[in-house]
Amino acid sequence: MITTTTLYDRFIDLYKENETSREEGWLKNLRDTAFEAFATEGFPHIKMEDWRFTNVTPFLKENYHLQPRRAASLHGRHNAAQIPSLDAYEVVLKNGMLNEDIAIPGVKISPLRTALQNSNFQHYLGKYIPIHKHPFAALNTAFFEHGIVIEVDKKAICDKPVHITHVYNAEEPVFVQPRILIIAHPGSKVEIVESLVVIGDKPLFINSVSECYIGENARADQYNLQIAPVNTHIVNFKQTIQQSNSLYNNHTYNLPEASLIRNNLHLDLNGVNTESHLYGLYLPGGTQLTDNHTVVNHLFPNCFSNELYKGVLRDSSRGVFSGRIYVHQDAQKTNAFQQNNNILFSDNATIDSKPQLEIFADDVKCSHGSTVGSLNKEALFYLRSRGIGEAAARNLLVRAFAFDVTDKIQIPAVKDYIEQVIIHKMEETHHEQ
Amino acid sequence: MLNIKNLQAKVEDKQILKGIDLQVNAGEIHAIMGPNGSGKSSLASVLTGRENFEVTGGEVSFDGKNLLEMSPEDRAREGLFLAFQYPVEVPGVSNINFLRTALNEIRAYHNEPPMEAKEFLRLTKEKQKLVEFDARLTNRSLNEGFSGGEKKRNEIFQLAMLNPKLAILDETDSGLDIDALRVVSSGVNKLRSDKNAFIVITHYQRLLEYIVPDFVHVLYNGRIVKSGTKELALELEEKGYDWIKEPAATASV
Ligand SMILES: Nc1ncnc2c1ncn2[C@@H]1O[C@H](COP(=O)(O)OP(=O)(O)OP(=O)(O)O)[C@@H](O)[C@H]1O
Ligand SMILES: [Mg+2]
Repeated sequence: MITTTTLYDRFIDLYKENETSREEGWLKNLRDTAFEAFATEGFPHIKMEDWRFTNVTPFLKENYHLQPRRAASLHGRHNAAQIPSLDAYEVVLKNGMLNEDIAIPGVKISPLRTALQNSNFQHYLGKYIPIHKHPFAALNTAFFEHGIVIEVDKKAICDKPVHITHVYNAEEPVFVQPRILIIAHPGSKVEIVESLVVIGDKPLFINSVSECYIGENARADQYNLQIAPVNTHIVNFKQTIQQSNSLYNNHTYNLPEASLIRNNLHLDLNGVNTESHLYGLYLPGGTQLTDNHTVVNHLFPNCFSNELYKGVLRDSSRGVFSGRIYVHQDAQKTNAFQQNNNILFSDNATIDSKPQLEIFADDVKCSHGSTVGSLNKEALFYLRSRGIGEAAARNLLVRAFAFDVTDKIQIPAVKDYIEQVIIHKMEETHHEQ
Repeated sequence: MLNIKNLQAKVEDKQILKGIDLQVNAGEIHAIMGPNGSGKSSLASVLTGRENFEVTGGEVSFDGKNLLEMSPEDRAREGLFLAFQYPVEVPGVSNINFLRTALNEIRAYHNEPPMEAKEFLRLTKEKQKLVEFDARLTNRSLNEGFSGGEKKRNEIFQLAMLNPKLAILDETDSGLDIDALRVVSSGVNKLRSDKNAFIVITHYQRLLEYIVPDFVHVLYNGRIVKSGTKELALELEEKGYDWIKEPAATASV
């Protein structure tokens, strides 16, 4: 008998099946609420404003395993040092799982499951995520099983970046829902680099949620390096909450070839005098779709936020950028800037860029802008007229375009790595032409 | 070295070059003068292979090779150089990286290994001195925020670094102050040899006092309507172009 149950139905059934084995208390309440939200809304569709340009339906048709099997086959099959000469504390999550605690001076990294037995986390987990507006985040909240909690002690300065390598086994179609919770206590400092390794070539759907709490006077830098094979579909919800005098830097790189990358990055500025920088670069090729939705909420006075997203769109790829800045009534003396620049590298590539400013305070400095262009032909000719070959000249210009984003990477090994990936991907483009 | 025969070219369906003949031999300096819009820069563009110009007739050989069949980069690698009338700003590409890339691509074309870092540094210093190019500018983004004069000087600095066989200087003198003009011209004179050649496009006799041409040509309405020696430039300075336009106008009727 052939059943044509939809993925939605399967999740609804699964939730009910697992009813008895589920945790009790605050976590159960959190999950039930999230499940209700997902059950009511269902998966997003293109009639929803936030999903107009990104149709996920085709990616939901696979017959995914909803819970990855414990995959011993992952063992020893990935090379954690995929970012050459990165000196970092290595954390490897296999299908979202961490087997044991990792202790780093001033930092505690624990498997989510054991960490959540501590009810203290109820004050953090899922507290700020608008699950009623984001069905994928609701789905993750209802179902997440694995993930990690990273807690940085008060005033602890983590001396090296923490590098999280997410290893997934896609030897069969699988839908994974990892969850990460980062708490940087007051006065602490931490850098977190996340990258992906996918084994196998079957469809892999990653619906991840991560939350980052940055205490007073703390600083957190996050690097999200999204490089995965073509059959990988990524929907990621990142929520960051900043307290007074804190600093947050987010660096997001959408790189080939994952067919879908949809990021939601939400930033709540929950105290005075905060500083935040959001840098993004997307370099889609083939028929890849990369979509970055960012929201910056200015809730308190004297905060500074700066956002720069740049895109180079090749082949028949599509890009979506939606940046929203809310300046609430109390957020006087806000400085909020946002810029999105795009280069269409081929006639078949498209970009939908939508910057939005909503300002309810009167004493603020805000600006936003969006550009779409192609490579400067005059510059290209100038370089070629000096003997630089066409491909190399294009490469130089693309790297120059990306420079104000890549230059912000504070970890030299990550910067070199990203620059190499850009060069490599641009060279591939020319082989195809 | 360069042999142009009956060269015709158009841009956006407008015929700009209407049959140009010019021969440049090694060791020579040719000046091209002519009123605004006569086609001087267009000639330079066609020779260097700018895309929007379409060659509609004629031929150009450069050291025996068909120049018009080559890509812009190969023309440069064969030894052709244009100092642009309006150098482009290229933010994010550092002047010095750009030059190193260019130099090494040209070397690779001639099956030579990349230049050693030390040697490159030495060459850079030497040529900076030659054209008195501010060392601070070499590390900045290519031409970005350079003054008009600095851009022109950068063109000559690049010329000195790449050491081409044939250099076309398109109004390099405009935008240069009097001292800069002297420095740049003396730089060019030092680069002169019996193996290379220059085509100097200019509106002013003044430059030709420093860089003394062997031949002066007047381009008008897409044709070379008069050629002579350096005295022709003096005559033009005195009389303007009207006396040259007249016969050309009647000739084309
Ligand atoms: N890309 C273009 N599209 C259309 N017309 C062009 C283009 N480039 C040049 N032209 C036209 O070709 C003619 C010759 O221009 P060119 O720049 O060669 O003149 P020039 O002799 O260098 O003048 P000047 O002394 O002012 O520099 C002009 O009428 C100009 O408008
Ligand atoms: Mg001109």
